[in-house]
Amino acid sequence: MTNDVTAPTFVLDRRTALPALIGRHEDFLIVTGLAGTAKDIAALTNDGPHIYTMAGAMGAAVSMGLGLALAKPDKKVLVVTGDGELLMNVGALATIGVVNPPNFGIICVDNGHYGETGYQKSHTSLGVDLEKMAVGAGIKVTRTVEKEMEIAPAARILRETNNAYFIVLRVKPTDPPKFKRNFDPAACRVRFRMNLLGHP
Amino acid sequence: MAPDAASEQKGWQHEVYDLLRKHGVDQFAYVPDAGHKILINRSLADPDVHSVSLTTEEEGVAMAAGANLGGAKSVLLMQSSGTGNCVNFFSLIKGGRFPFLTLISMRGDFGEGNPWQFPMGQAVEPVLSAMGVICLRADSEDTVVGTVEAGLTMAFKGGESVAVLLTQKLLGAKAF
Repeated sequence: MTNDVTAPTFVLDRRTALPALIGRHEDFLIVTGLAGTAKDIAALTNDGPHIYTMAGAMGAAVSMGLGLALAKPDKKVLVVTGDGELLMNVGALATIGVVNPPNFGIICVDNGHYGETGYQKSHTSLGVDLEKMAVGAGIKVTRTVEKEMEIAPAARILRETNNAYFIVLRVKPTDPPKFKRNFDPAACRVRFRMNLLGHP
Repeated sequence: MAPDAASEQKGWQHEVYDLLRKHGVDQFAYVPDAGHKILINRSLADPDVHSVSLTTEEEGVAMAAGANLGGAKSVLLMQSSGTGNCVNFFSLIKGGRFPFLTLISMRGDFGEGNPWQFPMGQAVEPVLSAMGVICLRADSEDTVVGTVEAGLTMAFKGGESVAVLLTQKLLGAKAF
């Protein structure tokens, strides 16, 4: 099996690889999916006012990010979500491919599992390639990051591309950082708008 | 905006489009339906709005929340059957107290001849009500523009989630 170069490798640690890929998080407005990626980003930003993390509405992150990106063309919008969350509404990739907002990108933290519910295998452990689906959806800039040395080149995409992009960050199925974030979706809406717009 | 040829076209659908624009709606998200044809075409021809065709209606619910985070206003145009595709995403709208406006072209309603349309069509109001979305029915050309205006005010001034149901009394039943 070690000779099989096409097999996906889940070796990176999300607790170090995701912060390295994002870099200065303050450069982005960030929408996350529920569970793992919400914890990743809340821990990274100390639950900052420029993030909106989900704890339900599974499948909503990409489309919510799209609405925000269209509303704020002068800001870079980043959706950070998991493989399970993305798969639940994977048709949204087709909408992103068609609209191609230049200030919008997705990082899919793909651990091949539903971590929150007990690490059941997801489709990406069983042959589904999300980057190929994104290519098929017409997203012009795509990348899969599986190794340490692939992080820096992918990080440049976040700041340099003028197309919507989709990055799969393959990580091992280990827990995200523990972080107690604000779970009140209305309070988080007001916090986000106060920070971005100056009014609730 | 300077009036263009399109905005001088007659008919309630054109009045509704101009009203949405007057209230600052600039994201039009939709799954195509004959009942929304004029609104969709107007949004496609309008350089000042984003006209976004969706793969499923629930994308439009999440888009509305994202638009609000960025200070913009969106509307979701869908057929009654799309209501069922949205349900869990209304958790985001209700929990986050996001303003939300959808215009729903009804099937499975007054004069319907396609039996497949009844289950969801008849469930639209109870399903929306269960998820905290206020339903306003528009049954006639005389009242539809005022009903949409009421919905705009309730959503974007009142902060509520509102569905305006464009009924088959208004749109006419599709022939089968």
